[in-house]
This record gives sequence, C-alpha cells and structure tokens, in this order.
Amino acid sequence: MSKRPLTIAVTGLNATDNPAPGVGVMRALRADNEEDRLVGLAYDALDPGVYADALVREVFMIPYPSQGRGAFLSRLAYVHEKVGLDVIIPTLDAELPSFIDLEPELRRMGIGMLLPTAEQLELRSKANLYALGKKAGIRVPETAVITDASEIYRAHEKVPYPFFVKGVFYGATLATCLDEAMSAFYKVVAQWGVPVILQTKVCGEELNVVGVGDGEGGLLGAVPMKKMLITDKGKGWAGITVKDPALLAVARDFVAATKWRGPFEVEVLRDDEGHYHLIEINPRFPAWVYLSAGAGVNLPRMVADLAAGRPVTKSGEYEVGAMFVRISLDQVVSFRDFQRMVTMGEVVRV
Amino acid sequence: MFDTKRLGDLALSDTGFAFDPYSGSTFTVNSTGHCVLLALKEGLGLDAIAARVRERFDASGADVTRDVDDFVAALRQHGLVGEGQADDQEHV
Repeated sequence: MSKRPLTIAVTGLNATDNPAPGVGVMRALRADNEEDRLVGLAYDALDPGVYADALVREVFMIPYPSQGRGAFLSRLAYVHEKVGLDVIIPTLDAELPSFIDLEPELRRMGIGMLLPTAEQLELRSKANLYALGKKAGIRVPETAVITDASEIYRAHEKVPYPFFVKGVFYGATLATCLDEAMSAFYKVVAQWGVPVILQTKVCGEELNVVGVGDGEGGLLGAVPMKKMLITDKGKGWAGITVKDPALLAVARDFVAATKWRGPFEVEVLRDDEGHYHLIEINPRFPAWVYLSAGAGVNLPRMVADLAAGRPVTKSGEYEVGAMFVRISLDQVVSFRDFQRMVTMGEVVRV
Repeated sequence: MFDTKRLGDLALSDTGFAFDPYSGSTFTVNSTGHCVLLALKEGLGLDAIAARVRERFDASGADVTRDVDDFVAALRQHGLVGEGQADDQEHV
C-alpha cells in the first residue's frame, strides 16, 4: 500500500554563497516522492529558495525567533491552518532552541519534528565541544571559552596561535596574533554575543559526515564526504563520498555519547598521521545533504518519515565515490511572487 | 612484494583515472603508470613489474627498475602502498 503524501515544511531557504540547508533538504525529499507537499518557511523575501518553484509551491514568511515565542508559535499555527502540516524540518542553528521549546505544542497540533533535546543541543555546542570530545574519546583541538576581551591576552598559553575565533552559532576568523584576535573577538561579540570560542588551528584535510541519530545512542544512517573544492568563505563547493570506517566511528561515538536524536553534521580534520580532530558538530543537516540522496541514503526522507511517526529501517550502504559540484545560477522569478512575499508574507503558486 | 592492501579498493579506469575511496583523492596516471598499478594490484614484486614494463614499452637504455621503485615511493607518499614489505629479498 502506498503511503499518504506528507506535508513537510522546511526552513533555511537562504541559498546564497553561504548556503543554508533548506533547498538541499527539499531536493532530497522531492527526489524520493513527487507527491509530498513541500512548504517553505522563509525569514526574508529574497531568500533564493522562495523562488525555486519547481521544488516548492507554498512559502510563508516566519518571524525571527528573537521576536518572541508567542509570535513564532502564532505564525506556525497560521501556516498549519492553511496547509495542514505533518512535519517541520528546521535547518538553522539559531532557530533550533525555539523549535525545541515549541515541540510539545506543535506535537499537540499534529506536527512532528525529529529534534535533539535542549540538553543534547548544549552538549555539542562549541563552548562544550572540548568536554564532549573527552567524554566520547574523540580528539578536539585545544579550546578556550571566553566572555571578556582581557582573557585573550593569555589565551595562547592554552590555545596556541594561530587560533580560530568563533561565535556560538556561526563564523570562524583565523587570528595569528593578539591584534587579530582582539579584532575578531569584538566582531563576533557584535554579531553573536558571548561566549566566544577560541580553538587552535589544526592542519589537515577537511572531512564531514552527515547523519541521523535515533535518540537512543544509535546511528540510523550516515554519509561521509571529503571536500574537493573550498571557497574563500570556507564552504565546500564540491565533494565526494569516501569509504572511511574511522570517520564513521567518530559519528557513531558522538551519537552514542549524547544519545543524539535527529540530523547532525560532524566536521573533522584529518592530520598527516591519520588522526581525526573534531572541529564542530552542527545540530542539523548541512547544505550538502542532497549528496546523501545521491549516494543512495536519503537522510532527509528518513527524518521526515520518523518525524511523521512512520517506521524506518537503518540505512544500508551508501555509494562510495558519489560526487557533488555546486552551481550558482540565476532564477528568473515572478515579480508577483516577490510582491506577495513583501506585502502579504506568503506566496502560493498554482 | 609490496604491501598493496589499499590498492585492492583503488578504482582504476582504462584511461588512467584513479580514485582512492578511503581518502577521496583522485589521480591520473599515464600508460606506464597504469601498467605498474595493475601489476601491483596483481601482487607482483619489483623485478617482475620492471620486466613487464620492459616487455610492453620501448624502454631500452632506461633504468626501469629504479623508475618503478620511484613510482612505488610516490604511491607510498599518498598512502596507497604500505611501508612494510613482504618477503621480497630482491627489494632494497
């Protein structure tokens, strides 16, 4: 018996030169089932994913979580009333705490999500990553978490230069000396506040794993990727899946240590001696997640089904040597759609 | 004989395009390199590989054995051939 199509909302439609994962998630979902109703949730009328009309017909603006719990929930309730959501897949770090907080209410409305708990989210935060690495037996570069610029003067005694200056959500600026570190600190604080994370630079190859945890310490599926092309913003613009049991073990150790529930991405550097250094764990799908579908393990589909309460089996083998190359392309869009997004905050294409 | 465990999984096309699924690295080899790689995958030792290269290519006057050894050293640098040796007493 074929399954009823799902109505799935996806956030993160700002597919710019620093692309959010939403378009990749939608492409993976669409690749598996043409009948699903995909709904976009956008924070800006010019988010490129809004205009990907081959992927998504309905898009709604939602308020930034900083505008308050009430406004956020109210808007989601409105969208649900209009389209009848089965599932929401959030894809942005900054909105996750709000969605996690609202999960019980959304569930009562009939909307499913597959998200970590607030505690799990905090366990893998940049501020706590070093401690998590120790617990899970994974190497992490020397790290310091600071809240005041004065702490930078002696930070190098624990975190040698050069080191990255990172905000809690996004961004990493390399500092090779005190002046650069100070400048980067203030920029990060202006954008993301405190704490600020200092992490010593490790030289090596960048490798990533996208995966889904079952919430009980098990790994339901994972696909490791090596970046073949990196932009000047540090974004992977081409990549290939690799056969790397040790890298998969890092992902397995992470989900076992945290009992992670939902999608995640592990970022590591492999040094010349073959050791893996954990750089970051992102608590959501990465922008390159469509490659998982290309490699035969459609992780967004897995998350959508689990969020909808459908049974899912652990994924099989992924294809090694599946490759992606990202492209920038111009969409010629309907001015009417733009008008409606700006004035009405929604667009429905027939 | 060389430690060629990793070469077992190396994908090698007829045109000399090679993909190492462990590192994700890709390489290209010319026809001579292709011949040597196939011989390594078959488990041949240095002298046997040099003999095969002499047989297939016009290599008169060239120090084929040394060149094959240099190529294997390059493969070692990329982690495709292990550091250890099997009991090939002829390889120094």
